[in-house]
Amino acid sequence: MTAMVKAEGVRKRFGRLEVLKGINLEVQLGQVMCILGPSGSGKTTFIRCINHLEKINGGRLWVDGELVGYRQVADKLHELPDREVARKRTEIGMVFQRFNLFGHMTALENVIEAPVRVKKVAKDDAVSEGKRLLDSVGLSDKYDEYPSRLSGGQQQRVAIARALAMHPKLMLFDEPTSALDPELVGEVLDAMRRLANEGMTMVVVTHEMGFAREVGDIAVFMDDGVVIESGDPREVLVNPQHERTRSFLSKVL
Amino acid sequence: MTEGGAVSAVPPDDIRAVPVRHPGRWAAAVVIAFLGYAVAVSMATNKRWEWSIVGHYFTWPTILDGLVTTLELTASAMAIGIVGGVMLAVMRLSPNPLVAGASWLYIWFFRGTPVLVQIIFWDYISAVYPHFAIGIPLGPEVGHVSVAFITGFVAGMFALGFNEAAYMSEIVRAGIISVDEGQTEAAQSLGMTRLLTMRRIVLPQAMRVIIPPTGNETIGMLKTTSLVSVIAVTDLLYATQIIYAANYEIIPLLVVASLWYLIVTTVLSIGQYYLERHYARSARGQQAGAIQTWWQNLTDLPLLRR
Repeated sequence: MTAMVKAEGVRKRFGRLEVLKGINLEVQLGQVMCILGPSGSGKTTFIRCINHLEKINGGRLWVDGELVGYRQVADKLHELPDREVARKRTEIGMVFQRFNLFGHMTALENVIEAPVRVKKVAKDDAVSEGKRLLDSVGLSDKYDEYPSRLSGGQQQRVAIARALAMHPKLMLFDEPTSALDPELVGEVLDAMRRLANEGMTMVVVTHEMGFAREVGDIAVFMDDGVVIESGDPREVLVNPQHERTRSFLSKVL
Repeated sequence: MTEGGAVSAVPPDDIRAVPVRHPGRWAAAVVIAFLGYAVAVSMATNKRWEWSIVGHYFTWPTILDGLVTTLELTASAMAIGIVGGVMLAVMRLSPNPLVAGASWLYIWFFRGTPVLVQIIFWDYISAVYPHFAIGIPLGPEVGHVSVAFITGFVAGMFALGFNEAAYMSEIVRAGIISVDEGQTEAAQSLGMTRLLTMRRIVLPQAMRVIIPPTGNETIGMLKTTSLVSVIAVTDLLYATQIIYAANYEIIPLLVVASLWYLIVTTVLSIGQYYLERHYARSARGQQAGAIQTWWQNLTDLPLLRR
């Protein structure tokens, strides 16, 4: 069985600053991986590399057995053209910290935009599928609202529905609850929990220890561009082996 | 019930306070009213304004033909300007340095030379290129077209449109930059290509920033078209010049032209208002009815509100 996400020695530089210094990770089909760590540890950069929003400088990164952003011919790597990169991204959903809903479109229009324009799904089919997805995240009364009229929690749930509308085989979450008021965090985590229970493969950058412990199959602690430790969340988060993990957890708990 | 024995002195009804007096506003209003009255009296009583001649020529066929030419020139030059401006702006933001550089060079050239010079240049283009040939430079010729199609109107349209494209590109670029980077990333993460993202996600949201200065440019263009009178295109201004060259009624005919420019500008301003309101709807996140119409805004002026 090939891993859904496999990283080997992934390195990323911004100018002279090396933010990923050789990441080795593996996520199997149906697993939920939660990445924790202080800000600036490289965790957000890492998941942005998975759908090629950032180009890696070294190592190899595979999604479902295919190299991300490159094609290997013999022992040479060829950059993929724009169109190919875009096509591969349709299989990977992403949810952002700041929601990034399209401001000039209603909730439903946000959800059906990519299926209609990219996958060329018939508009009627996309609409009924979009409504079903919005219903599933508890927004059946918000189809025609513009994002500016929705709370942060509602916006993030629309964003989740928008990503799911492309039927991705992998979902990436970049601190999905960090920009939310505390009382709205629960509704977004509930939607994610349901998704995990349905068997979606997920990589989640988060500060929500409870979610990581309860839903996660693997917890990864990153600091300063390297993975400090990873494993069963109930081990890593409850009984960390590393001093840096321990001091981080003592600060956030 | 009161706490601590103190009787509350706060009445339950709405506050009806004596408003702050603004003697300065009243003084200014008196001065402005007097000046307005003086100008009106002067224009009404000074016979040399020749209001009857103004009325006579206001709907004169030559004038109306000129007005139509001015409107056509404004519309076609702005169309070239907007399409060209969007292309130049997208090119300028391209990752390909040659494409971005070409856009920069275009803007540098067309903003760097006076539009009047460009108009005269296009009028004399046939002196530089007696015929346009399509082929390999310094190589064989594939075909050619005559430059006879470059009439005064076409010369003016090209000059004004190409010049406008340079200015519009900066407006469009500012609009594109104003759209949050997260919008592009979200679109890309859904598998949208660069061009689709630009067309469906970025440009519609850039409109809110692009529309007001574009309305400004259109109004400016309406009056800049009067420059084509130097190459004898019969626009609104040249039409009046033809008439006053014959009858020497210079001032009344310039009043005719000015009135028409004012009328068209007013109509364009109203159109701009509604366009802005249309593109503001999602940003404000409310129904159109909740936004005031332009005349309601007018009655909001402090002196009129009571």
